[in-house]
Amino acid sequence: MSETEKIIDNIKNKFTQDILNTEVKSKRRATITIPGSALIKMADFLYSDMNFRFITASALESGKGFEIYYHFSNDKTGLVFNIHVVLPKNKPEIESLTCLFEAASWIEREMHEILGINFLNHPNLEKLISEGNWAEGVYPYRKEQQ
Amino acid sequence: MSKPTIIPIGPYHPLQAEPELFKLYCDGEIVKDVKWETGYNHRGIEKLSESKTFDQVFFLVERICGICSTSHPFAFANCMEEIVNVEIPDRAKYIRSIIGELERIHSHLLWAGLAGHFLGYNTVFMWVWKYREPVLDLFEIITGNRNSYAMFKIGGVRRDIPNNLVPTIQKNLDALKHKLDLLIGVVMDDPVIHARTKGVGVLTKQDIINFAAVGPTARASGVAIDVRQDDPYAAYPLVNWKVITAEEGDVFAKVAVRLLEMYESVSIIEQCLEGLKKEKEGDIEVKVKNVPEGMGTGRAEAPRGEVFHFVTTDGGYSPVRHKVRAPSYTNISTFKKSCVGQTISDATISLAAVDPCYCCTERMAMVYDYYNKKPILSGKDMIKLSQQKTEELKKKL
Repeated sequence: MSETEKIIDNIKNKFTQDILNTEVKSKRRATITIPGSALIKMADFLYSDMNFRFITASALESGKGFEIYYHFSNDKTGLVFNIHVVLPKNKPEIESLTCLFEAASWIEREMHEILGINFLNHPNLEKLISEGNWAEGVYPYRKEQQ
Repeated sequence: MSKPTIIPIGPYHPLQAEPELFKLYCDGEIVKDVKWETGYNHRGIEKLSESKTFDQVFFLVERICGICSTSHPFAFANCMEEIVNVEIPDRAKYIRSIIGELERIHSHLLWAGLAGHFLGYNTVFMWVWKYREPVLDLFEIITGNRNSYAMFKIGGVRRDIPNNLVPTIQKNLDALKHKLDLLIGVVMDDPVIHARTKGVGVLTKQDIINFAAVGPTARASGVAIDVRQDDPYAAYPLVNWKVITAEEGDVFAKVAVRLLEMYESVSIIEQCLEGLKKEKEGDIEVKVKNVPEGMGTGRAEAPRGEVFHFVTTDGGYSPVRHKVRAPSYTNISTFKKSCVGQTISDATISLAAVDPCYCCTERMAMVYDYYNKKPILSGKDMIKLSQQKTEELKKKL
């Protein structure tokens, strides 16, 4: 059993109830889909117990709603581990990860700004990239803007 | 505590980086807090990428950064090859690594020159940039351009490095090694550089993990992360090299890590050149006809740290979503730690120490009086302040 498979099994055993889908693409790429409510505890487990490094998060709008991929890196094995959550289109909100690490702060501000996803308990959800020269309530990366 | 004086560095051309504004909240000489504003030059590249074909995206992402212009195409190529699931020929791997390492050398030399300038060593600045020229000449010989090389494509590279070019490259590298010896000797032995940079702008291991900092910034604090080793790509698993780290986390450690890394880069290039000789000339790509539906993540170690690309595709000709994370995005946020508690003159070099991506030709930094809003210090004055401190130290030592 490879190192990556052990890690995935470990995560699966810990979060059996929460995992909606698992996709192991290769030895160094894996994605697990979970409901938004389980995000904090899984991210905490990866960051604090497994020593994963937070890379960044990518948000996109699709037919399912708003999807966020939280990318983590396990630098010992080269594994890029993605936590995938899908948020409903009418109420895109999720807990902020800033309670775990500072690195989530800017990217959450950016996702809030470009797609209008609300991050609960973020200490400072001000605009990051448009610095006040973009209209309120208009989100440039939403499909309706195309 | 008296009311803090706000010192804006920016907004258009701050000391070293792209258009962005740092506000230093100072009490007397001491920086108490740092706030950051950006977006003055947001180009919407992620959105633009969705309207380009995969081949065009390479040229677009190449223009994200003017200095490390190959690191984004590198990460994007890794990402797309993961989606397409293709293995590129060894010759293309060697060429990719050669370009990547030459770029690391010229980027580190550029930074070393600027760091010298900020500290008041203008001779270092001029000599180091002179040493950098032959590296850019090599780029011109290999790719036709001094910058923005347009070498990468899905499945390989666009141009070959013919075997008869290998001696020329080797000759330039030999000359460079001699110059590096000189430079490193000067920096490591100079008591004033030690006094100006040791114990300044310290980042602990925990800070690095908390801010998710990458590259030489992380390695200088004892966090041995390097995508080339952790998630090997291109020719890096085919050659021998080691990850350079330091434990102190101060500006001196960052200088040392960058300077020593250049030796490793030279060694990697030399081994890649040997590898090239064994491979058949012209075998530089595999044809990729279409890109299937899927999702991919690609990484590459740029001179400043890990570049990360995320792409989703739908089986068409363009990305559906393309997310880019440059290393400075995480490294810049560490200023909150490295500058607080320092004097203003040390803030100059602390801000420069993480090598925030530099693509501007002019700079502006001003110190304003908090109450009557009159400028007290300009950008030039701030650099002068830093240089004066060095002069004073020189006299004392």
